[in-house]
Amino acid sequence: MPQQQNVSTLLNAMATDLNSYIAKNNLTNPHMIGIHTGGVWVAEALHAALKLEQPLGSLNISFYRDDFTRVGMHPQVQPSSLPFTVDDQHIILVDDVLHTGRTIRAALNEIFDYGRPASVTLAVLIERSGKELPIAADIAGKKIDLKMGQHIKLTGPDPLKLEIQ
Amino acid sequence: MKQTDIQFDNNGMLRHFLTIDGLKRKTLTEILDTAENFATVGTQQVKKVPLLRGKTIVNLFFESSTRTRTTFELAAKRLSADVLNINIDTSSTSKGESLLDMLRNLEAMHCDMFVVRHNLSGAAHFIANHVSPHISVINAGDGQHAHPTQAMLDMFTIRRHKQDFTKLRVAIVGDIMHSRVARSQIHALNTLGVPEVRAIAPNTLIPPGTDELGIHVYHDMEQGLKDVDVVMMLRLQRERMSGALLPSEHEYFNTYGITTEKLKLAKPDAILMHPGPINRGVEIESAVADGPQSVILEQVTNGIAVRMAIMSMVLGRQPSGDEQEGRNK
Repeated sequence: MPQQQNVSTLLNAMATDLNSYIAKNNLTNPHMIGIHTGGVWVAEALHAALKLEQPLGSLNISFYRDDFTRVGMHPQVQPSSLPFTVDDQHIILVDDVLHTGRTIRAALNEIFDYGRPASVTLAVLIERSGKELPIAADIAGKKIDLKMGQHIKLTGPDPLKLEIQ
Repeated sequence: MKQTDIQFDNNGMLRHFLTIDGLKRKTLTEILDTAENFATVGTQQVKKVPLLRGKTIVNLFFESSTRTRTTFELAAKRLSADVLNINIDTSSTSKGESLLDMLRNLEAMHCDMFVVRHNLSGAAHFIANHVSPHISVINAGDGQHAHPTQAMLDMFTIRRHKQDFTKLRVAIVGDIMHSRVARSQIHALNTLGVPEVRAIAPNTLIPPGTDELGIHVYHDMEQGLKDVDVVMMLRLQRERMSGALLPSEHEYFNTYGITTEKLKLAKPDAILMHPGPINRGVEIESAVADGPQSVILEQVTNGIAVRMAIMSMVLGRQPSGDEQEGRNK
């Protein structure tokens, strides 16, 4: 039986943590960006909870993946959409699961192709074991130790559910 | 072997892009969806993605072209590939080197893709049949045969304005006989499920076998343009015409040129397309080319995203074992 996690409890805790993080670090007028597809779902919830003024951005990182020559083009998800300039802005980057760190590496590269942000804060629903790059979350809904070969997946958008397999 | 089989590798992935004839709707839709993602790259501050870093793409143009060559070059550069432009007039074919010898030399430089434009029909197929297994070929127009990337950028432009192909009436106007663009457009429109594709031209510029092609022929603009959603003009290809197919340019414009008045016969929200270069006053009135229904310059912009999509799909394949061996040779 796959284990179930209560997503809305995690999201509430993340919103609280993120609020105090923003206040503590003086991140004025933060701009939120979700990574397709699960990261956008998490970002939508956080964006609403934090009542951010700026519209929500979304990133499709498939053109920045480091495994393109091995796996080729993926079935396409929604295009990237950043309805604001990132120059000199405080960015809150949101994803569902932080695992190897490669997705975040790709997302950072893409963001910098749109401009030079003042700062980037990483918020993830789940930070799991298996890191391959020096990338860590600033805000994590939950940290989980998983064995190699175990997977955690967010399904949604309605309802949002986490499954460990 | 069927002509289009050569376009796919052993795993059923698109390896060459030579003609639309024989491709399935799924493949065309995948190209359009992928291009939709690349369309945003042009709006980035850094108009580049690192997808094809380290790949080398050769533009082999045996026939002059401005728009197609520059948009292919731009597409390759926005994918971070290295691009080599070979102008055949000044290359060593003028010193007597055969085409195959030239290809072998380019292969020896470890190139990954040839983009081929040639005035002979079948040239891109010929090259695709003779390249090493790891090289992909894209047809950028061969004689009067096919210009598949142009047709795909036209489909992309139509979809952005009209969404559902299965509800459209499309008219192609002009020199269908000599037009590789028209041939590819007709295959693409039919494959994507457009129920009514019209060809409007004098009898001398209509190719034989229109039923097989799947087009309804009109010789009269008044009838042919009535209630269409999309008007696709073609350039009058003076350089490809031999014999007395037309009385005069002036008379052609009066009969088959598109004017503000004639465009009113189409639906009020119809879009007007032209693959370029346009001959103002020959097949298109200036007021129409620059008018609100014209999407001619959008077609140029969309050409970059569509070519990026095709290049990355073709070069992003998982090479099969045989091809890997070819690469290591």
